[in-house]
Amino acid sequence: MTKEKKHEVLLDIQNLHIEGYSDEHWVEIVHGVDLKLHRGEVMGLIGESGAGKSTIGLAAMGFTRDGTRISEGSVDFDGMELTTTPKADLRSLRGARIAYVAQSAAASFNPAHRLIDQHTEAPVQYRIKKRLESQEDAMELYNRLRLPHPHEIGFRYPHQVSGGQLQRAMTAMAMSCRPDLIIFDEPTTALDVTTQIEVLSAIRDIVDEFNTAAIYITHDLAVVAQMADVIKVLLKGNEVEQADTRTMLENPKEEYTKSLWAVRDFKSAQKKRPANTLPLYSVENIDAAYGTVKVLEDVSFDIFAGMTVAVVGESGSGKSTTARCITGLLPPTSGHILFKGEEMPPRFQDRTKDQLRQAQMIYQMADTALNPKVKIKEIIGRPAQFYGGLRGAELKTRVDELLDLIELDPANYYNRYPTELSGGQKQRIGIARALAAEPTFIICDEITSALDQLVAEGILRLLDKLQDELDLAYMFITHDLATVRSIADEVVVMQNGKVIEQGPKDVMFTPPHHEYTDLLLSSVPEMDPDWLTTLLEERGVDDN
Amino acid sequence: MNYFIIGFYALLIGGSSLAAFYQKRTAFLLLFSVTLVSFVMGIVGGESALWAVTILAGIIAFSAGVSYSFREFLAIILPKESAKIMRTAPLTAAFGLFIIFTYAITGIFAPIIAPYGESEIISQAFEPANDEMLLGADQLGRDMFSRIVYGARNTVGLALIATFLAFFIGAIGGLLAASKGGKFDQVMSRIVDVVMSIPSLIFALLLLSIFGTNVVTLIIVMAIIYAPRVFRLARSVAGNIVVMDYIEAARLRGEGTWYIIRKEVLPNATAPLIAEFGLEFCFVFLLVAGLSFLGLGIQPPTADWGSMVRENATLISFGEITPLIPAGAIALLTVAVNFVVDWMLYRSSGLKE
Amino acid sequence: MGDILNIVIKRLGLGLLTLLVISVIIFGAVELLPGDIAEAVLGQGATKENVAAMREQLGLDRSAPVRYFEWLGGAVTGDFGNSLVSQKPVSEAIGERFSNTLFLAVYAAFIAVPIAIFLGILVALYRNTVFDRVANILTLTSISAPEFFLAYVLILFFSVKWGMFPAIAKIDADMTLLDKLERTFLPALTMVLVVVAHMMRMTRASIINLLASPYVEMARLKGVPAWKVIVKHTLPNAWAPIINVVALNLAYLITGVVLVEVVFVYPGIGQMLVDSVTKRDFPVVQACCLIFAATFILLNLAADIGAILTNPRLRHPK
Repeated sequence: MTKEKKHEVLLDIQNLHIEGYSDEHWVEIVHGVDLKLHRGEVMGLIGESGAGKSTIGLAAMGFTRDGTRISEGSVDFDGMELTTTPKADLRSLRGARIAYVAQSAAASFNPAHRLIDQHTEAPVQYRIKKRLESQEDAMELYNRLRLPHPHEIGFRYPHQVSGGQLQRAMTAMAMSCRPDLIIFDEPTTALDVTTQIEVLSAIRDIVDEFNTAAIYITHDLAVVAQMADVIKVLLKGNEVEQADTRTMLENPKEEYTKSLWAVRDFKSAQKKRPANTLPLYSVENIDAAYGTVKVLEDVSFDIFAGMTVAVVGESGSGKSTTARCITGLLPPTSGHILFKGEEMPPRFQDRTKDQLRQAQMIYQMADTALNPKVKIKEIIGRPAQFYGGLRGAELKTRVDELLDLIELDPANYYNRYPTELSGGQKQRIGIARALAAEPTFIICDEITSALDQLVAEGILRLLDKLQDELDLAYMFITHDLATVRSIADEVVVMQNGKVIEQGPKDVMFTPPHHEYTDLLLSSVPEMDPDWLTTLLEERGVDDN
Repeated sequence: MNYFIIGFYALLIGGSSLAAFYQKRTAFLLLFSVTLVSFVMGIVGGESALWAVTILAGIIAFSAGVSYSFREFLAIILPKESAKIMRTAPLTAAFGLFIIFTYAITGIFAPIIAPYGESEIISQAFEPANDEMLLGADQLGRDMFSRIVYGARNTVGLALIATFLAFFIGAIGGLLAASKGGKFDQVMSRIVDVVMSIPSLIFALLLLSIFGTNVVTLIIVMAIIYAPRVFRLARSVAGNIVVMDYIEAARLRGEGTWYIIRKEVLPNATAPLIAEFGLEFCFVFLLVAGLSFLGLGIQPPTADWGSMVRENATLISFGEITPLIPAGAIALLTVAVNFVVDWMLYRSSGLKE
Repeated sequence: MGDILNIVIKRLGLGLLTLLVISVIIFGAVELLPGDIAEAVLGQGATKENVAAMREQLGLDRSAPVRYFEWLGGAVTGDFGNSLVSQKPVSEAIGERFSNTLFLAVYAAFIAVPIAIFLGILVALYRNTVFDRVANILTLTSISAPEFFLAYVLILFFSVKWGMFPAIAKIDADMTLLDKLERTFLPALTMVLVVVAHMMRMTRASIINLLASPYVEMARLKGVPAWKVIVKHTLPNAWAPIINVVALNLAYLITGVVLVEVVFVYPGIGQMLVDSVTKRDFPVVQACCLIFAATFILLNLAADIGAILTNPRLRHPK
């Protein structure tokens, strides 16, 4: 693939300031960002949540969401100043010369129209192509993006097509007028890793082929490494640094960038099963169903005291359902849950207070896991009061102790509400609530996936420390193999409600693997710009 | 052309031009549309129509002034947190609060405010207004003003009690149904579906025809009719809360249903429930007024706005506005409550994001 | 399409069941009378013979379930028994009045529905402008005012002051349509005012709700003009809520008509219901209630089925 690098500037953003409206006044959310993009160039915009990536991406189209506005600066697109262009002219630019690919394809296709009708809308409206011509073109694009049945798929409605396919169809739609620039706004974030690969390679090929310039917005470094020529790192509405992809990966300059790169280094020492002891919890041959739909089949594994078991799988693999069976929220249709060799009642309502106390949960979304109208001291204090019968001064001492344990200053947080805390702090409060029950076992359900990487690492380190101090057993539900690498002692791989493979971590991460484990492991993007190319070459045959 | 008409248009056009010059888009649009409307009205209705526009504008300006002052007043006397909320309230909400406040005072101090008793006959039937009687006499020669004042106590009081009862039954049922789920929820929901598929006015008429019309049955009938509506809302509000992970955490801890409702669900459901209380009150109040108007609600000689409209209805054909006064009193309170509810709903929906 | 048919049939069955339960409630409520109908109607001063004669006439000696099924069987075939006051068949009196009520409701609906939907879309398009705020205040006021307030205000101006329309809407079968339309203009206008306000607000809310969805943002980012965003990308998905709004308000028109009929002395079924309630003429009350409830349920049913039929997910199953 020879790519002709042109040096003509296509998009030139200078000193861009954007304000958002909240609490009855305007607050600046982007503080003077410059961005220069050449024809045919792909720029990765990377940053954590709140960095202003999407806002800047939309501003490149001269578009601001309701409740935001460009307060200062210029956006020059191919000689046109977008901040002062009249609305009607600006509109005729969109779809025709600048296109957009959104994060959730399922929500961004109109459920009332067929894919191909939405595809042809822009070209027909701008009289670039006739309807039939445009349909032919759509099929051609579908074919290039390796969608199955390219001649028929367009005549389906969005809800009749899978997520990964929709994302590709949306990329095709963005291409319909052969724009000069496409904004990709986290196009693969909602997809499973194995689907992500297909979409990434399809996007990359088509952008190369038409020599389209693109802004690729994501929070995933490894993904951006595959896609972008240059990378710009953002933090809280400011630019941190920008460099060529390879330079940026090999030699980041700023502290913040280095810290982003370093995240995946944390690794806890792998523990071995103690000899001659009963497992703390045993899952024995459980089947489970939602109504008549069977979701778990013959799932078995053991969890030993003081050890971490990671349960890995893509969405729909049954990993969270397994957790619901263990806690008794979803009684299994057959099989047993044993605690220290004794069988527990399948329904949580039938379990004793002590059985309930032994196993605690930490949830993925700290926002919904903590009651926003209850103070921290009550959130953490209630389990201590409920199980331990602590009152008054005793209770306060215990809450202070717990806050110390999760490294938050008691004096500062005791009387506050969850809404006043950051994501990472909320997750720590969730941990403290679990600890307050003095459990032996904690289920962690994707607890780091909603957090920024640095914060997530802090949480993992904290959990590791607590495990050593309190001899806790963890069950880690995750789809993120990096998390598994850093914290697991044993790994269980699940797919479609079944356990595919299980064993100690070192064994699991050394070949030979089960076929699916292999696919899963190899699909996780790595921080090497050639990773995708190499992988696709290796898989070769799969890639028609 | 007289001076009034010239002045009228000069003021409007001058104002529009000034607004346009200073780039006050909103003010300009408003003033200029008033100008255009006045042109049409002036041509159709002559000078009197322009006077009507002027008076209407005056009333709106006056209400806006009152609302503004009342809002500032509340912002100053309320504690810091509520004052901050109050400052951002729209004028309509402040207006609503002011009206509700006025009605409350009138209702509570009715015997002190009213110059005569509610069923005291003091003059000829339909005596026009004079120094003694601010609004004239009704069909039996009772003081209209005094009866309006007492009406604030009787009509509003009854509607309030009925709303409280409906709310008590409906909210507890809805919260329980959402928290418990299962059979209890299904049975309750089916019952509510059936009751709600009977139009409320018709159901009220049916029940009242059987149980007769006295204050106690009226309150109970209202509660039966409106409790299902509250149930549905409370259930759906609580339904969104009980799926939260913090409720699951509380359940897994082994907490009882009552604890979960009280400590975990209720604090999060208060805002929508209060707004719903306002809406329910409007429905109940309008239904009570409607029934009284039909002669099936609060019975004479108790002063009640709905029946006062009915009793004085004949005056309308003589061009008198007397029957409109109690009817207007009903409308004003409902508008006021709706303004406040509208603001609260806007706030709770805006804060979600 | 099999799925849709299934859902629709299920929904129809549910509607029928609801109606049946309601008929039990309407019949049963009268059974709850202290004593029985005869005692209640004749009062305490009645002689034993009179009460006995009435019981005989109404067949009160038989058990309630038997009488219920008789009543229901009659109602299905249009026979609601005889009025206690006039002794004439109830159906005779109801027939013409019901068609009058329907006439008024349809009249109002014809004016209200197009205006409301058009204005609703307009305020959604110009949301958060002065125009929208003024509309918000006006519609809120209109909803809040009791029907009789609006009715009397209209009478005061249109009839008493300006003499444009009659204040009393007396119509009979011999009048021409134009005459009828003129006579019933004020009652129809009263209902239009209330219903338009309701429908406008609900239409606005359901459209704005959809305008926040990602596919509308996508359409805007494709450069689709604002009006086309509404017509092509929002409306097809807004049909379900809008149909619901319309049905809900038509149902309101049919039942809310009671107060308006009384104010304008309109010979409709609503006024008859109120009269019978005052006179405790139970067969008539039961018949009117059943008719109102049936109309109400039917409209809700129509709305639900309309919503099902316009749902793209159901129309094009996987």
